[in-house]
Amino acid sequence: MRINRPNKTKNVSRCPQLIAASVFFVLCFSLFTGAYALEAKRSLLENGMTLMVVEKHNLPVVKVVVGIKAGSIYEPEGKSGVANLAASLLTEGTFKRTARQISSEIEFVGGSVGASAGEDYITVSLSVLKKDVELGFDILSDIILNPSFPEDELKKKAEIIKADIISSEDDPSYVAQREFNKAVFGEHPYGRLLSGTVETIEKISRDDLVGFHSGYYTAGNAIMSVVGDLSSQEAEELIKKYFSNWRAGSVTTVSAQKIPVQKKRNTVTVDKDLTQATISLGHLGVSREDPDYYSLTVMNYILGGGGFASRLMDNIREDKGLVYDVHSYFNPRKYGGSFEVSLQTKNESANKAIEEVLEEIRKIRSERVSDAELTGAQLFLTGSFPMKIETSSRIANFLIAVEFYRLGADYIDKYPTYINSVTKEDVLRVAKKYLDPDNYTIIVVANQKEAGIREEYSK
Amino acid sequence: MKRIIPLTILVLFLFFIVAHPSEAQNINGVTIREEVLGNGLKIFALKDPNAVLSVFQIWYDAGSINEDIGKTGLSHLLEHMMFKGTPRFGNKVFSKIISKAGGIDNAGTSKDFVYYYQKLAADRLSLSIEMEADRMQNLIILPEDFDSERNVVMEERRMRYEDDPQSLVYEEVVSTAFRNHPYRWPVIGWMEDLRSLTRDDLWRYYKKRYVPNNAFIIVAGNIDVESVISLIKKEFGAIPRGDDISKLEIKETPQRGERRIYIKKEAELPYVLSAYKVPNILEEDSYALDVLTGVLSGGKSARIYKSLIDEQRVALSAGAGYDNFNRYPFIFYLYGTPMPGKKIEDVENSLYAEVEKIKAAPPDITEVRKAKNQIQADFVMNQDSIFYQAMILAEFELIGDWRLKDRYIDGIEKVTPEDVQRVAVEYIIPDNRTVGTLIPVKRETKNENQ
Repeated sequence: MRINRPNKTKNVSRCPQLIAASVFFVLCFSLFTGAYALEAKRSLLENGMTLMVVEKHNLPVVKVVVGIKAGSIYEPEGKSGVANLAASLLTEGTFKRTARQISSEIEFVGGSVGASAGEDYITVSLSVLKKDVELGFDILSDIILNPSFPEDELKKKAEIIKADIISSEDDPSYVAQREFNKAVFGEHPYGRLLSGTVETIEKISRDDLVGFHSGYYTAGNAIMSVVGDLSSQEAEELIKKYFSNWRAGSVTTVSAQKIPVQKKRNTVTVDKDLTQATISLGHLGVSREDPDYYSLTVMNYILGGGGFASRLMDNIREDKGLVYDVHSYFNPRKYGGSFEVSLQTKNESANKAIEEVLEEIRKIRSERVSDAELTGAQLFLTGSFPMKIETSSRIANFLIAVEFYRLGADYIDKYPTYINSVTKEDVLRVAKKYLDPDNYTIIVVANQKEAGIREEYSK
Repeated sequence: MKRIIPLTILVLFLFFIVAHPSEAQNINGVTIREEVLGNGLKIFALKDPNAVLSVFQIWYDAGSINEDIGKTGLSHLLEHMMFKGTPRFGNKVFSKIISKAGGIDNAGTSKDFVYYYQKLAADRLSLSIEMEADRMQNLIILPEDFDSERNVVMEERRMRYEDDPQSLVYEEVVSTAFRNHPYRWPVIGWMEDLRSLTRDDLWRYYKKRYVPNNAFIIVAGNIDVESVISLIKKEFGAIPRGDDISKLEIKETPQRGERRIYIKKEAELPYVLSAYKVPNILEEDSYALDVLTGVLSGGKSARIYKSLIDEQRVALSAGAGYDNFNRYPFIFYLYGTPMPGKKIEDVENSLYAEVEKIKAAPPDITEVRKAKNQIQADFVMNQDSIFYQAMILAEFELIGDWRLKDRYIDGIEKVTPEDVQRVAVEYIIPDNRTVGTLIPVKRETKNENQ
């Protein structure tokens, strides 16, 4: 991929003077890829909120994403599920609007507004036609700044979440994922269900939600990206009008709770009346901010992240016909992460599939990958980058992650270098360092009698 | 995931298709050029100057409706085999070549059609064109690859159907609603049929249906239209025309009373799916059915959510859907899962009650306006993806002519509250429905840590 290196001086001149208001401190940066340029204007509001604006005038549409450091890692002891409940109740009533008014107003114009929780941060998203952008910002600001967490809506939402937890038992991959996170992360918040459990949800009161909201939903904890058919001046006027009253708050830091490292094999089996075994195998991984992240990305592409270009797919699907899907991935978060291989195969071939997965892990730890594999991985990872920022929604979410994980204003510019500088030796080194074919967690959701998991995998 | 059956895509299409004709052309400077080659291959070149990526799609009239009794699943299995290789490029390299070009590729099979696509930078389109032209003519189906891929598809069936109780209900409802129409069998095929398919079954089907006069190409992006079309002509132009294939002329036999099926399976909660046979987009009533779907199920302010989930709190999830884009008339459906402790019968009856209210009195003008606004806004927003721009074009072309999208737009705008009431009265009636219910069977579950 060809990269146009932005000339820094030129960038600044391309960034027009902002409206005079002292609300904004501005820093511009331009994101370039071979296919097109993406110019994001980054500014820091006086109240501490980080703002990124990308003008995109191909369609009369505006997409906004607000990332707030109010994920499940900030939940108080015993209140698992409060972050998710707080986020999902934003649209269920403010001091100005009832739940019904919020949904009627935004749905009438064909727009949408909603929140979703994560471990590290939550996101609130708005999607509207340009002609309705004023209404959109009004509602977005109202639900973030002034949610009222009505008792009856809390009760309703809690019932729905509890029912969802029960209903999800019918989804084998949900069960496998839940057991995997629990086994790998132990007592760390990353090991909990985002939704909380039936027991913890019952303990969450309106006061808990109000407290969590006032502690974490602050401007200093927030990153906003605005992408679409607005000039930067229009965007800034809207932000000034709807978000300059957002109080700064004190910036949250989480006391990085240590993730306990397990050094033994750990097996969890869940017996269900299924024709297939759903298997998750893995262990702890790395943080998104780990310097080895890019070497791991390349290594994992070759092992099992690269679809039909990967070894796991080639061996277990293409050669042996044992699965429809098998893949591996590092799931990196702010304070740590996991490495996981997941697959589904008929109960009877569960042992065979596990054996092949472990074999591939051993192999990539013991010998260098080929030149063709390394080049293939690098060509895809760099060449497919524009797909990550293809649509306005993707750009908006991408910018939040770049900011949150401190990937740098020149991230798009540097990404190809990060990937292309990985050598075969790096791949071998990180495979040896971060993959462990002996001390792993394995989850098998299956008809256990038919699967008959061998003792060597279960001890 | 690769080689999927795009059920969800078809459902999504409900919302992708409406806008004012002038907007469809001018909203973002998109132009469409159509060409037909001497061998019958149609080409559509969609130029969008703002597109970041480009898309190549080739569509064959080779969906599961063309299969025979006892050979279900053939179209989809052949779709998998299309990635196995040709003499020119070699074995199992198609996807690898595309990924080395920074692209992704996939394919999908539905009841009506099969399609293959690559998404990549516009200056790499020649790869798509060369490789697709090659595999239209020179596919190798080795017996050992066939055996192995059949196992892969059986795993796919286990994942999507055997171990997913709600999908089993859907499969059974559709196969009960349709009697003589080939819509009644699932795209992925019955497990027993998959076991008995042969390599030669696939080969005959490939030779007959993968011909230029049974296909069309859509190439979309910020492309150089002239050079792309001339390259397509060069690679595909010399492929001989195949025998003419007549389109299926088949009409489902009338239904004379409600049909009911039950699926018993280990599950936490019951589920109900009630399907009504209704016209497709080729008929005028389709527009009102689309709006009816929106009035019932277009978000949290729509009737089903408001009543069943918010007020009565009888359902955990519930809604309505309409598959208007099938080539032959297909279904409108209501579905729901009860809250734990609530009865599935109450969910089912509450769904019917919402339809009865519309039959008794037309919806408010604002409800109808909202449904139209949602359809139109979604249409505009979805154009941000070049892939979906190509999909919309293809879907209209498949049911007759891509220009139909202009007529359709006016159709939706013209729908009145009385039209919505009228189609509910005419189609959403007990004698025209097939109801499937999931009955959970509990089984002792062990969860052990070793």
